[in-house]
Parts: sequence; C-alpha cells; structure tokens
Amino acid sequence: MGWFNYFKQSKPTSAKVAKERLQIVIAHERLDRNGPEYLPQLRRDIMEVIRKYVPISDEQVNVQFEKGADFDVLELNIALPDRDH
Amino acid sequence: MSRIVVVTSGKGGVGKTTTSAAFATGLAMRGYKTAVIDFDVGLRNLDLIMGCERRVVYDFVNVINNEASLNQALIRDKHVENLHILPASQTRDKDALTPEGVGRVMDDLHELGFDFIVCDSPAGIERGAHMAMYYADDAIVVTNPEVSSVRDSDRILGLLQSKTHRAERGESVREHLLITRYSPARVQAGEMLAMEDILEILAVPLIGVIPESQSVLQASNSGAPVILDKVSDAGQAYDDFVRRFLGETVPHRFLEVEKKGFFKKLFG
Ligand SMILES: Nc1ncnc2c1ncn2[C@@H]1O[C@H](COP(=O)(O)OP(=O)(O)OP(=O)(O)O)[C@@H](O)[C@H]1O
Ligand SMILES: [Mg+2]
Repeated sequence: MGWFNYFKQSKPTSAKVAKERLQIVIAHERLDRNGPEYLPQLRRDIMEVIRKYVPISDEQVNVQFEKGADFDVLELNIALPDRDH
Repeated sequence: MSRIVVVTSGKGGVGKTTTSAAFATGLAMRGYKTAVIDFDVGLRNLDLIMGCERRVVYDFVNVINNEASLNQALIRDKHVENLHILPASQTRDKDALTPEGVGRVMDDLHELGFDFIVCDSPAGIERGAHMAMYYADDAIVVTNPEVSSVRDSDRILGLLQSKTHRAERGESVREHLLITRYSPARVQAGEMLAMEDILEILAVPLIGVIPESQSVLQASNSGAPVILDKVSDAGQAYDDFVRRFLGETVPHRFLEVEKKGFFKKLFG
C-alpha cells in the first residue's frame, strides 16, 4: 500500500464492512443450526410479545441457544430503546 | 476403498465445475485412477469443460436406472490417462438421483479400481447438492471472496456436518477450503475480502487460493481443464492445490500484487 493511502483510511474499507456483516450473520445462522428447530419461531414470538409493550427492532433482541454438558441454556437479551426516546 | 471427494459451494457460478475438472485431471496426471461425476442433472456442463461433449452416449441417470452399464457410460478422457468422466443427464430432473442409486454407482466404481471419485455438485442445497455430498470422505468447499458466497459456504459446511453418510454414522467429512477468483489487487485496495478474513470467518483449513485469471475462460473455450495450461497462474495454483490434497507441503502463491516500481509503490 502506498503511504499516501495511510491518510485516506478514515472510512473503513468495503471489505472490512463485508467482514463484520458476515461475522454477525454467520454467528446467528450457526446458532440457529445447532439449536432446536423451534428457535426461529420462538424468536419471532418473543419479538411480538415485547412489541406489545415497547417498540424494538430485530437487532435489539438476541436469543442464544447454548449446548451444555448436563443441560442446554436459552439466553435472551433485549436491549431497550434509549431512555430519552 | 475409493476416496470420494465432493466439490461443493452452495452458491452458483463460483468455480465448482472448473475446480472439479482441474482437480480430477491433476489427480490422474499423478497416476491415480480417477472418475469425475457431474451431479448437475438437467444442466450438464462438466463434459464441455473436459472437452468430451461429443462423446456422451449414456449418462449417470442411465446407469442408476440400469439402462446402461457403468463401463458403457464412462468416457475416457482424451488429455490424460487414468481419467474417466461420468456425465450428467441433460433431460431428467434431480429426483432421478437416489441414495441407493448413487451408492451403487460408488460401489461399482470402487470395484473397477478407482482411487478417487470426484463429485461435481450443482449449486443450491437441494437434492442434487445433497446427493453429491452424501457419500463424501472429503469436501472441497469452493468460495469466492464475496459476502453471499462466504455465507453459502457456511451453510454447506453445516450440511456436511449433519446430512452426509459420515455424519449419520457419527464420523465427519474432511473439509478443505478453496478460495477461487481471488484478486490480490482488489484485496489490497480494500474492495475484496482477504484470504485471512475468509479463513477467520469459516474456520476451515485452507487448501488453495486460485487467482482470478483469463486462462480459465480460455481453458473452457477449448475444452481443456486449466491445470493443463502449465504456464498460467490459475493452472499452477490448481496444481499446487492437488499436491497439497495429496499431502505435500506447498507454499501458497499468487496472494500478493505483482511487485511494482518504486514510484508506483509510493504513490499507487
Ligand atoms: N479463477 C477464475 N478466474 C476467472 N474466471 C473463473 C475462475 N473460476 C471460474 N471462473 C469462471 O466462472 C464461471 C463459473 O465457473 P464454473 O462453471 O466452474 O462454476 P460452477 O460453480 O460450477 O457453476 P454452477 O453453480 O452453475 O455449476 C465460468 O465462466 C468460469 O469461466
Ligand atoms: Mg458447475
């Protein structure tokens, strides 16, 4: 890379954006794959229930399934909207 | 047993058939008796890339349906010895492929003494792709440095780990990542995912990187697999890949932009 490019690197390159997006979507799809078949529907149902009370977007709800030795864990993470909104 | 290798990707048009032709040719060049099977029923193309399209009489589905013997359907390659092609049917649909039928052909190929059976998978995750991977011992996952291809490769890895004969028996299919159509200049410009990024995301051992190359189109124009073009970058990269598959340690090439002059380096 020419050293002049160094000053142009304020914005992330499109390849970097691609990598980050891929990491997120693939992590999600792997969890779905390894989890029980009802997981996608469960996620949709949970979204619907929460939306009755607070407006949230898809990205704000994170349902994770983790296989343990003795039992499996279903982890639910909901980021509520900013307080001043 | 014959070693069965599927060339697969999920996404279409990433270079599976190009790779299957080069890989099978490279194995045969090293003296291994090799069969390459086109699983893309309805969209036969391997015959064109191998340059045997005018010698197709019977096909894979004919053999499965006992309408022809395996010996009648196998086409002897005209470029290298020890290589045989089993073309796909152009007229039937993918339902013609059954696990029993495909399994019988694999057993018969083994009986005939084949060392390697290369399965050129169709795109997608439907029956054709499933049947191509079902009996595999190894999988070459062909990926382009591009978001949808990488994502689809991950899908395919999931299927290799759950929907294959080996997976069903609690064993695993050996996975190898082959990155094709790689353009170091675009990677350097930040426009294309780098090899390291793809490796980090997919976490599958890398078996080769094939550069984007004009020689691939020329090879398909003439019906001679690109690995036979020994001066081309893609041909050499495919040859390195075959050697790695056979256990040799071969450094990766064609990953860097060709060296430019001092001024271009400074200002380019
Ligand atoms: N390394 C490369 N450099 C340049 N072009 C390439 C390269 N590899 C493949 N191609 C081109 O990409 C196109 C698709 O290749 P190919 O038919 O091998 O893909 P495929 O994965 O088998 O496609 P399909 O999913 O339709 O079966 C062809 O035109 C081929 O010439
Ligand atoms: Mg193909």
